[in-house]
Amino acid sequence: MNVTTNTRAERMSFWEKLYLPEIAKGLALTFKTMFKPKMTRQYPEERWEPLGSYRGRPVLVLEEDGERCVACGLCSRVCPALAIEVQAAETARDKERYPAKFEINMLRCIYCGLCEEVCPEEAIVMSKDYDIVFHSQEEAIFGKDKLLVPIARLQERLEFLRQYK
Amino acid sequence: MPTITIDGQKIEAQPGKTIIEAALESGIVIPHFCWHPALSVAGNCRMCLVRVGSYKKAADGSIERDAEGNPVVQWMPKLQIACATPVADGMVVDTQGEKTIAAQNAVMEFLLINHPLDCPICDEAGQCKLQEYAFTHSRGESRFVEEKVHKPKRVRWSDRIVFDGERCIMCSRCIRFANEIAKQPVLTFVERGDHVTIELFEGTEFDSPYSMNVIELCPVGALTSADFRFKARVWDMSFTPSICPGCARGCNINIGVRDNEILRLEPRANPHVNQYWMCDDGRLSQYRWVNTNRTSGAALRHGSELVPASFDEATEVVARALTDRGGMLILSGSITNEDAYVARKLAGAVSGVEVIFVERNDPSFGDDFLRCSDRNANSTGLRTLGIASASWNDVFDRISRVRPDVVYFVGADPFADGHTEWADVLASVPMVVAQVSNRSRLVEVAHVVLPAATYAEIEGTLTNIEGWVQYLQPAVETHETLRINGMKQSRLDKFGAPNDRWTHGERRVCRPHWQLLSGVATAAGHRWNYRTAADVFAELSETVEQFRRMTYEALREYRGIRLGSEPEPVGVVYQSHYMKPQSE
Repeated sequence: MNVTTNTRAERMSFWEKLYLPEIAKGLALTFKTMFKPKMTRQYPEERWEPLGSYRGRPVLVLEEDGERCVACGLCSRVCPALAIEVQAAETARDKERYPAKFEINMLRCIYCGLCEEVCPEEAIVMSKDYDIVFHSQEEAIFGKDKLLVPIARLQERLEFLRQYK
Repeated sequence: MPTITIDGQKIEAQPGKTIIEAALESGIVIPHFCWHPALSVAGNCRMCLVRVGSYKKAADGSIERDAEGNPVVQWMPKLQIACATPVADGMVVDTQGEKTIAAQNAVMEFLLINHPLDCPICDEAGQCKLQEYAFTHSRGESRFVEEKVHKPKRVRWSDRIVFDGERCIMCSRCIRFANEIAKQPVLTFVERGDHVTIELFEGTEFDSPYSMNVIELCPVGALTSADFRFKARVWDMSFTPSICPGCARGCNINIGVRDNEILRLEPRANPHVNQYWMCDDGRLSQYRWVNTNRTSGAALRHGSELVPASFDEATEVVARALTDRGGMLILSGSITNEDAYVARKLAGAVSGVEVIFVERNDPSFGDDFLRCSDRNANSTGLRTLGIASASWNDVFDRISRVRPDVVYFVGADPFADGHTEWADVLASVPMVVAQVSNRSRLVEVAHVVLPAATYAEIEGTLTNIEGWVQYLQPAVETHETLRINGMKQSRLDKFGAPNDRWTHGERRVCRPHWQLLSGVATAAGHRWNYRTAADVFAELSETVEQFRRMTYEALREYRGIRLGSEPEPVGVVYQSHYMKPQSE
């Protein structure tokens, strides 16, 4: 039968076995931190504004004359989680096609940003929204009504993409 | 026979063939846009430029060799287009060398100068020849900074075809198709230089019954289908090889399916039957009825209402009526050989049951190319099996005279063919069985409804007007063939979960005719034990002389076998667009 004589407990000294000095050390850290400036904030009253590089929920860019998206379906193809469904239709505008249906299943979305990276029109971008709440599976499927965001609110992200994409 | 050397590979070529044809026959594809084996040679895209030469000969006639002993090739001073250069004995062709590739790259750069960068909008994206060669023969970045030429966009050539002048690369395939195959010479080039575009002659329309073939023929997305436009991306669909059931020709088609719904049909090459083409009518009319207005689930009539029933209950009722009182099986001429064989066997096994199939002739539909006035997909097959045929009117007269107790429609539907006078005679028949795939007035008057699967949902064989037996395979799922082994599915269809909305395409509760008929036979006390269509076909090929030695594998391999003949090898079949998701 193997009898070990070199476990951690066996190597500890008397004071270490007593634990009391360690408790004192821990309490000292606690008291020190109590008088340092606070790192936490009062969410949701106090909200954090992410930078342009932040990848929040994907949204569609809405310009003055309608959505930028031409429903090419590349985002849907590249999406590793198969979260995006696009159905194209014809429009009289110069762009010829637009998404008649654009749905992102936010239960599937993993915020990887590949849709944004692959988009040839810069029409789908990652926004700063990080608090996404829903109460049912149906609610989690975001349609065009929830996805379209005016371009003015996405300037920071578009600027970031222009610099680093 | 001339022997030529392509990239160091010795090839025996038929005299008179061009280099591109000889290369294709031995499996070498030389890049090209305008060349098509079924059309005349235009030689205007310049993509198939290759270096051509011959072995240098010394004064004594022997081939000169360099220091390492390799034969010395005397190259022509300029590159030649492979589509218009006939082969000659001793010819040496270089399709992979530096000079050839440089020339092809240059051609691509010129073609891309004025080609718009609108692949995200274009329906051809994902199956486009220009995209194919942009990967293999392009530097990936344009050096052209000037404004591209603007040309007419969204021009309607007819109510079926939309032309985009900017995307056109002037290969003239559509012009040659209109002149040579459709025999409707209404297209021409206008303008010069980079302003060249294609126009219709004044006051004409490109509305030939074969006009939509230019959509597949077009190497780019300049020609798109008004019917399909923007319905789906190519990579979101699965393409299953199938047979068009629109007439007795049996043109080979691909069925494009997404979300268990057929979105388009397109021709598939088969040198035996339809070469590379199909008619517009087949393409546009033979898929909607599979998608909509279908019967789903068996039903029995109680009073004025149809009450859902299980297949076993419904076939039990039919079997009892047939064995007790006899009746008449009225077959559609478009059911498969397997269906017809089981129907014939059922009529033989139950006394007092006669079997007949309905002719559907439309002389205004037929022409001297592909379209046949016989609108039944399989009348040759049914006649081969010895089933008598009659017109709707003859069947009507016979029923009025004989007054059978059971009238069992197998795929046939008088109301769908516009014979409304059947309502009265059917009202006096004690039992009407409607084994049909689509809802119509027949379902309203029927006592038993047995939902039948369509051509797109079954495995089976059809025999065309020239006796070619061709293989059908399922493209659309039913409730019973759910994800059967080997069925083609697009990525979305394959990986969708129940809470994804794109997976909600309808899966009908229906069965092939042979399965329903053998269900009736089982309920009548016969044990036939067919589990798959292949079981039926195996028995059919054993018992019917003309089908002897045919198997599904052989039918697939040879792209159809003619009744009573040995298989004919099909050779290399030309495929214009390579990048596209392949069906075979």
